[in-house]
Order: sequence, then structure tokens, then C-alpha cells
Amino acid sequence: MSTTSASAPSPPERVAYRVVHATAYRYAQPVSLSQQLLHLAPREVPRQRCGVQTLHIEPAPSRRLDGTDAFGNPLTRLEFDRPHELLRIVSELGIERVQRDAALDPSASPAWEDVVAALAYRAGNRPDATTLDAVRYRFQSPYVRIKRVFADYAADCFTARRPLLEAGTALMHKLHRDFTYDPKATEIETPLPDVFAAKRGVCQDYAHVMLACLRSLGLAARYVSGYLRTTPRPGRARLVGADASHAWIALYCPGEGWVDFDPTNDLLPELAHVTIAWGRDFGDVSPLRGVILGGGAHELEVGVAVTPLAEDGPRPAIPPRRMA
Amino acid sequence: MATTEPRAPVPATHLLAGYDLDARCHHELLDEAGAVRAHWQPLIADLEASTPLQMRHRLDFVARQIREDGITYNIYADAKGADRPWQLDVLPQIIDASDWAGLAAGVAQRAAVLDEVLADLYGPQSLIAEGLLPPDLVFGHDNFLWPCQGIRPPGGRFLHVYAADLARAPDGRWWVVADRTQAPSGAGYALENRQIIAQAFPEAFRALGVQQLGGFFAGLQEALRRQAPVAPGETPLIVLLTSGRWNETYFEHVFLARHLGVPLVEGQDLTVRGDTAYMKTLGGLKRVHAILRRMDDDWCDPLELRGDSALGVPGLLGVVRAGRVLVANALGSGLVESPGLLGFLPRVCERLRGEELVLPSVATWWCGEAPACEQALGGLDRLVIKGAWPSQRFEPVFGDRLDAVARARLVERIRQRPQAYVAQEQVRLAQAPVWSAGGRARIAARASSMRVYAVATPTGYAVMPGGLTRFAGEANALVVSMQRGGGSKDTWVLAEARTDAEVVQQREIRAADLVRHDDFLPSRLLENLFWVGRYSERADDSTRLLRVVLARYADSGTTNPSFNAAVDACRSLGMLRGTSAVRRRLMAAVVDAQAPGSLLGTLERLFWSAGQVRGRLSQENWRALMELQRDIAGLSPDTLGLGDALDLLNRVLLATSALSGFAHDDMTRDDGWRFLMIARRLERLQFLGDVVARVLRHPAGADPATLEWLLELADSIITYRSRYLSSPQLIPTLDLVLCDPSNPHSVLFQVAELRRELDALAVATGERAPGTLDAVEAALRGCDLSALETSPLGEGGRIDAMRGVADLATAAADASRALSDLLTLRHFAHVDDVSQRTVST
Repeated sequence: MSTTSASAPSPPERVAYRVVHATAYRYAQPVSLSQQLLHLAPREVPRQRCGVQTLHIEPAPSRRLDGTDAFGNPLTRLEFDRPHELLRIVSELGIERVQRDAALDPSASPAWEDVVAALAYRAGNRPDATTLDAVRYRFQSPYVRIKRVFADYAADCFTARRPLLEAGTALMHKLHRDFTYDPKATEIETPLPDVFAAKRGVCQDYAHVMLACLRSLGLAARYVSGYLRTTPRPGRARLVGADASHAWIALYCPGEGWVDFDPTNDLLPELAHVTIAWGRDFGDVSPLRGVILGGGAHELEVGVAVTPLAEDGPRPAIPPRRMA
Repeated sequence: MATTEPRAPVPATHLLAGYDLDARCHHELLDEAGAVRAHWQPLIADLEASTPLQMRHRLDFVARQIREDGITYNIYADAKGADRPWQLDVLPQIIDASDWAGLAAGVAQRAAVLDEVLADLYGPQSLIAEGLLPPDLVFGHDNFLWPCQGIRPPGGRFLHVYAADLARAPDGRWWVVADRTQAPSGAGYALENRQIIAQAFPEAFRALGVQQLGGFFAGLQEALRRQAPVAPGETPLIVLLTSGRWNETYFEHVFLARHLGVPLVEGQDLTVRGDTAYMKTLGGLKRVHAILRRMDDDWCDPLELRGDSALGVPGLLGVVRAGRVLVANALGSGLVESPGLLGFLPRVCERLRGEELVLPSVATWWCGEAPACEQALGGLDRLVIKGAWPSQRFEPVFGDRLDAVARARLVERIRQRPQAYVAQEQVRLAQAPVWSAGGRARIAARASSMRVYAVATPTGYAVMPGGLTRFAGEANALVVSMQRGGGSKDTWVLAEARTDAEVVQQREIRAADLVRHDDFLPSRLLENLFWVGRYSERADDSTRLLRVVLARYADSGTTNPSFNAAVDACRSLGMLRGTSAVRRRLMAAVVDAQAPGSLLGTLERLFWSAGQVRGRLSQENWRALMELQRDIAGLSPDTLGLGDALDLLNRVLLATSALSGFAHDDMTRDDGWRFLMIARRLERLQFLGDVVARVLRHPAGADPATLEWLLELADSIITYRSRYLSSPQLIPTLDLVLCDPSNPHSVLFQVAELRRELDALAVATGERAPGTLDAVEAALRGCDLSALETSPLGEGGRIDAMRGVADLATAAADASRALSDLLTLRHFAHVDDVSQRTVST
């Protein structure tokens, strides 16, 4: 999937989007009590400006609390205490992405071993605030296990003294080359070693594998959830994962900060990616996480549309996607 | 292990003959010269003065207590293959006052330090920013609960109960091997051990001035009560949250809940609405103010914490965040259990409290620091390698036990991921005296360790003067493990002087605080009590009927018409099935667990339901159930003899009568008891109604032999004989069994009692009593049995009348079924609802 090419016309400085993310649960039996955590509002990020967010919720929640989670992401908590057989949540956002001032120069980044050393604990050493923030994303988390196989897999990308971002880019290329995008191959709960053995999966899996590789080397890397522009600009290929919420990763690089990599599409995210939240892995930032009482079997429909405002028609169609 | 160790002389006393006085260890009982230490002398004197028979009684007493508690500990663990009876040595561990004073101060300080560490790590995290703690041990720890960051628990207190695992080094000093901060277990066992051993040595116990344990539990109760967030005028509701009866220490959960006088609840007994946690009770939702949890914190809230948990309370963390419930220990407290932390604690203590750490940890190096790692790898022979985080499931490895290959593999493994490992110095554990199990009376030396508990009080941490001492199963063992055949000891801490200063100031209970009615019975408990009632009555009824059938079969085989009427009743009740030989089918009805209507099937359901409400049953009641279970275990319909079966039925009947006695005489008259009694009445009503109807429709229904067993079933044969002095006849039998309101085994009696209990229940719940029984009661009271008299006009009218009475009996049984359904629907329906987690991408 070749998505970036040197011959493409230079991109515009900024693009404004309208995002619609619709989620619907249909329950076989009434749900008597439901508690839901929503990661649907975008967080403030460099080069991304957030406009208004509106949330349509059906039925009306008996309680709504807006706050932030432990990672600084906006988090909405909902409670429904009346029996219901349908839960429908539609999030609409206006958001603007801005181009970087200067192109990233991976060869200028520090050698990866130096970054590992700078992140490691030394008794009595007082890390600065940026490093303190970064070290939170260096460890094992529920979906990302640290294992030797991951370090071994990344070893030929992380050669001696290679600049961090070059090595990271090489790893992204390798992953993209070796893995096949296959929505039928995995589920959310498929263990990472199984994903890694099968070399198939969806954007969450690509992101988790890349995180496992980076963290197994001692680097700090986090999971980013967000959206992709649905229809490509003329002359560009449609990005994989554009009809649903998307995921990629960010790698901590001293001096540069957090640098995004999208292993599913093998590119460094720019104007086509909209960031919503980040955490250690999918579990920290899943768009809707809940516990329901009753309900029996249920059907879930999720649809996402990300439309540049200039091309915005009356209302973007939401392509439904069914999940078991 | 080398055999040329120095050996000091063995003491002369015959009890200590063969005691291995290994000079490399500290000995609790003996000093370096092999003399009995002063604080042990009264106990040893007591032992020496005991006759072999006295000692035998003592051991039997302990064994009997253990067996009884051991049974309760094991009963439902069988299915998981984790059968572990509690092991308790008859000899206590004894610690003298001066030794204890230093230890207790150290434990109290340590609890305070760890409490502050938690407050920092879930708050400003300055210990990380200042480089005093590696981020790896916090953010890399599965028990660092990210969603708990920024939460300040009530009173700023994280640790309400703390435990330290201690080992005594060869020089006699105490060292901390591990900290227990999640939900420390064992304090209940310590109390249980005390209750047994103090009775085994009453004189020595008194003579030594052993400190009492009760204050610790009172302190815990008081601490929770004081700190629970209550609205003005509210009395705090404290509950003990258990992960359920499969937990290996479930016995202790039951024991503690009963001792503290708080409801024992499972996750599904609680629910969250808005920012309040509630308990589901018969009278509706009741606000919960404090939760003493015996469930690991990451399981406590499937909404925000581990999503694969079905045990917890969805939304609980939100209530905690709102400051509306006290959870003890605070959610997230498991974080500081990491052995990696031990090496950093001295500097952390200095930084947080400006004082030196009193109680040292066993020398421990976290391998995540390169110099420490090299040091550890260089000295593997004297080190134990452990995982840095409890969730690693990495079994400790003793360096000196590895061959070259295993050692190289371990070194490689540590180098690969050093931050995941901790190296700890091997401690040569102190030897405790243990009563030798086999043959001659003798005291042996076993490696031992001790768990000591502290509870948070308004004036600091109070340490329980005692603890749970554990010892290794074999001589020369390096680790102490209950799983590997070790055991436990009561721990006697001697008082400084004979001052009985109570550590904890107890709240005075005034007349205005008196409680006569427990509003806090979880509905799940009521439901299970209901089923205990039904199954125990059903067991009683089935046993009586089977006894009738078997006795008649033994007397006269299958030819007797009254036998056939009884077999017919059995079959109609689903107790007899299949087409095999009569005898085989009868035995199957008694002991075939596969047959759903069998007595054994009923008893197993009874045991299961009783297991769910164990906390509500008295010790004696529970014991009666356990004995019954032991009696019936392992019997097979293929090998059970007729005589044995009858004997078994008699014993079952004795046991079910005891259960009935407990129900009537041993339980507080609360709503739980009411449900149990209603269930018993419903079951008996249904049984009697069905059997009477079946008999009246049987050709041999009016035979005196049939009526005789009907009276026997209704336990009314003596009343009948004293009233009528004749062999059973139809009209007086039916009067006694159906319509006599004074006979506790009559149908009408059940109906009247049910009416009474339903009215009382209606008062408790504020709902209207159901009228399901009204018609049946009126019909029974108005029943005219004269139509059953023999008439010169022939049998036709009498047969019609018998059918009419049979219909009335059926109506009574049907009313019982309808009422049971109604009550289940009204009061228990929500119990079966299952929480499920949903995630969208």
C-alpha cells in the first residue's frame, strides 16, 4: 500500500474535518443498568485544533460526568439506570490538522542506545518532567507484553548507534512488510504472541506489536487512538482502517518529543490522522467500554466518517460495520 | 548439605532428646548452650509434668478442633483438587515482652511508611521525581492501578491492615522478608489458632500472661467505623467483600465477618448507582459506607480496572473517587508488595519521615540497576532470585541449588530483562520447637517464620500482639510453606508486666444504639437460606418416605398393597426412576447422585446451598451438615445393603431433625430465618398435599396398612394411637393429616403458619401479603369428612368424596408451588442477572 510518494503535490498547510463516530448496541434482552466510559472527545495535541464536540446519546443517560482519565484524555462517564434494549451514541467533532513547520529529519535523532540509557533509572538521578512523563510508557501493560521475541524481531532495525527515528521507521517498514491486514484473523482479546505468530491482524494489532518491540528494547512508546480521513485526496490511495476508529503509536524521542508512526499504513501520520486519546495500549483508550446488567446477546454497529469540511455535503453517510 | 556442622550438646530433658541444635540458626526454645530460654520454661514444665494420657487428650482436642474446622475449610475445595486441611502444632510460638516491644514498634513504623509511600505514588509521585524509587517498580507493576491516580481515600489512609512476613536471623534479630498490603490474610487463622491452643494449655497460658488478640479486631472494626464517610445521622454499614467460596482463605472470610459482626458479601450483592455503593437487601438498596475487602484490588471494578473480572462491583472506583465509600485497604495498595521495593525503603523512610527504618528488610537488590545486578550475579550462591512483581508468577530460585546449566540459563534470563528480578539474601531461618508427629513424645526443630499484623487507628498503627507463625514440614527446609506440608502455630506474646492495658478504645454501645433488627441481609443470602429450608425439609420428607418403602420391602417384599401405594407415591414425586430391578431402584433412590430426585441428590443441593450461607449457620448446625455429608459420601446403589440403607436413613433423619431443631431454636428471628421457615413450610405443604392426593387415588388408599405409613410420614402415629386406640382408619387419619390445625405436620397447620409468616414479611417489606393460600385455607377449615363414612347405599358416594379430598390436597400442593414461584419472582428475581462487559472499537 504505497501512500506517500515524492511526486505527490505538496499538501495544504491545514485541513479542517468533520468527524462522525456512531456506535449502536442492540441487546437481545433489556439492560437494566449500564455504565459506560467514553473516549470520544479529542485531546489537545500540537498541530491539532479541536472545535466543538456534540454527543447524541440515546436513551438519555441517568447521569453524565465529564472529566479526564489517568493519561490526561477527556473521558465521559455515563450511567443508564432504566431498562433499555438499544444504546446509540453519536459523536460529532469539528477538528483541524496543521502541517509541521519543517519536515522531520530522522537521521538527526539521537542514537537509540543513548535514549534507552537516558530513560533508565539511576539512583538519585532526578529526571526532568518530560522524561518523567515518557518513562510511564516504557513498561509492560495488559495488551503489550515485554518479551525477548519482540526485541529479537526488532534487532536488525535497531543496529548499533542508529538514530532512533531511523531505526523506528525501519521497524515500521518491516512490520508492514511482514504483516497482513486481516480483520477476520483476530479479536480484541487475541493474545499478542498469537498475533505475532500469525502475522495477521488489524490496526490495534499492528500498534501493539510495534509497542511490544520498542518497549522490549527499553524505549518509551504509547498507543494512540484516533481517526483517518475517510476518502483520500485525489490521486491518493484510500488508507486502511478509514471506516472505523484507527490506532497507531508514538515513540518518545528526546529533543523531538513524541513522534507518531502508523505501521498499518507504513507512514508517519500527518494531515490525514486525527488524534483522540493515548495510553499504554488499547485497553486504556477504547472508544466505549462498559458493563451492563442483563442484555443477553448483543449486536454492535460502529461507523466512522471523517470528511474534509470543504467537501462536506449535507451530512456524511455513516457506513455501518457489523461486529459479532 | 554438609554433615560436619558444629553441634552443641543436646539437653538432657527427655522431650528434647534428638533435638537438632544446629548452631548456625537461632533457636526459639533453646539458647546457644542448649538450655531452655526463660520465657519458655513454664510451658516446658507444664509439658514435663503432663502424663502421657494428658498429652494424648491435648493432642486429640487440637486434632478434633482442626478436623472440624478443617472440614469446613475443605468442603467445597474438593472440586478444584485443592484439599488442604489446616495444620496446627500443639506447641505455641512464644515471644518475650522485650523482644516483642522492638518488633512491634518496627512493624508499626513500617506500616506507616508504606502508607505514606502509597499516598505519594498515587499522588504527587515525588519519590520517583527525586530518584528515590525506580519508575519500573511503579509503572511496570500490574498492581499500580492507573485509574486510581489522584484519588485521596478517606482520611488520606491507604493501609488499614498491614502484615509483615518476618524471619529471625541467626543472631536473633528479626528481618522483614515481605510486606503484605493488598488484603493480608491469616489474622483470622491466628485468632482461630489462639482459641484452640489457649484451651489446650490453659494453665501455662494464664501463668505466662499471654496478651489477648481481641483488641486488634475491635480496633479494626472501630477504625472502619470512624473513617467511613457517613452523612449526618447515618450509622455506617460495613461489609466484608469476599471473592467467594473458591478462595483458599474463604474459611477466614466467614470467620472474620462473623467475628467483626459485618455482612459477608460477594460482588453481586453490591451495586453502584450514581456515586453511591449499595447492598441489595430484602428491603431494597442500602447504602454501604465501608468495604473491608478480601478481593485483590484489580478485580474490584470491572468497569475501570480488570475487565475480565466477574467478581467485583462495576462502578465501585467512581464511588471511591467521589469519596463516598471507604475501601480497606484502599484500591491500589497491592503496589507496595513488590520485593523490589525492599532495598529502597531505608532511604524512602528517611525522606518521608526523617527517621531511620527500625525493622530492616532482608538484604535485597533490584537487578534493574546495573551495579546491583552485577553484584547479584556475582554472588548467586547465597542469594534467592525472585520476580520483581507479584504478577510474574516466577517461583523463587535458590542460587546454590542450581547446576551449571540452570545457573547459566538464569543468568541469561536476568541479563535479558534485569528490571524484572530481585536478588535477596538467603536467611537461615530460626528453628521453632514442634511437637513431633510420630510415635514417642518429642520436640523437634523446624524452620519458622511469622506474619505479624498492624491496624490503622486514629493514633497510629496498633500491632496485634501475636500473629501467625508458620513452620516447614521437614527438618533443614529452606522455605516455610503451608502447601509443602508445613504447619502453623499459635503465637504467644508475653505482656511486659501484668497490665491488661487495652490498646484500643472501644465505642460504648448505649441503649439508643441497640439493634434488634438486621436490615442488612443481602437478597442473595435470603435466596440461599430459602433453598436451605426447602432442601432440608425435602431431605426429611424423602427420608421418611424411603424408610416406609424400604422397611415394608424388607418385611414382605413387593406383594403388599400398601407397599405398592408407597412406591407409587415415590414414583409420583420423581424419587424412583428407571426399569431396573426394584431393589436396585430403591437403592438408587437413596444414594444415586445421578438421579435428580434421589435423597443423595437432595442432600448435595442442601450442602451446596448451606455452603453459600455458611456465615449464617451456627458452628453446631454446620457441623451436623458436615457429619451428614461424611456419612453419605462414597456410598453406591450397587453395594449398599438393605440393612445399611435403613440404618443410613435413620441417621439422616436424626440429622434432619437436628437441622429442624436449629431452625426453630438456634437462629435469630430475622428476615433470613423467616425465608428459611417459609421454605420449610412450603416444602412440607407440597409434599403432604401431593402424597395425600396420590394415596387417596390409589386402590389401596384406604387400607389400614397404607394409612399407617401415611401417619408415619406425617410423624403423627403417636398422636393417632393416643387419640383413637385403634388401627388407622380413613376419617381420623385424614383429619389428623389434613385438617387438624394443632398438628404441626398437618396440611392446614402449614397453611396457617405460612399465612402468619407472610403477614410478618409484608410488614418488613411494606408490600402486600399474597393471597395465594386463601382459598385452600378456607376449604380446609370447612372440610366435611362425613361424606367419607361408609353408607348403606354403596361405595359410590364414598369414592367420590375421596376424590374430592384428593383434589383439595392437590390444590394445597399447587398453591404451595404457586406461592414459591411468586416469592422467588418478587424477592430474588434480580439475583440471577449477570453483568457483562462490552467494548467497542
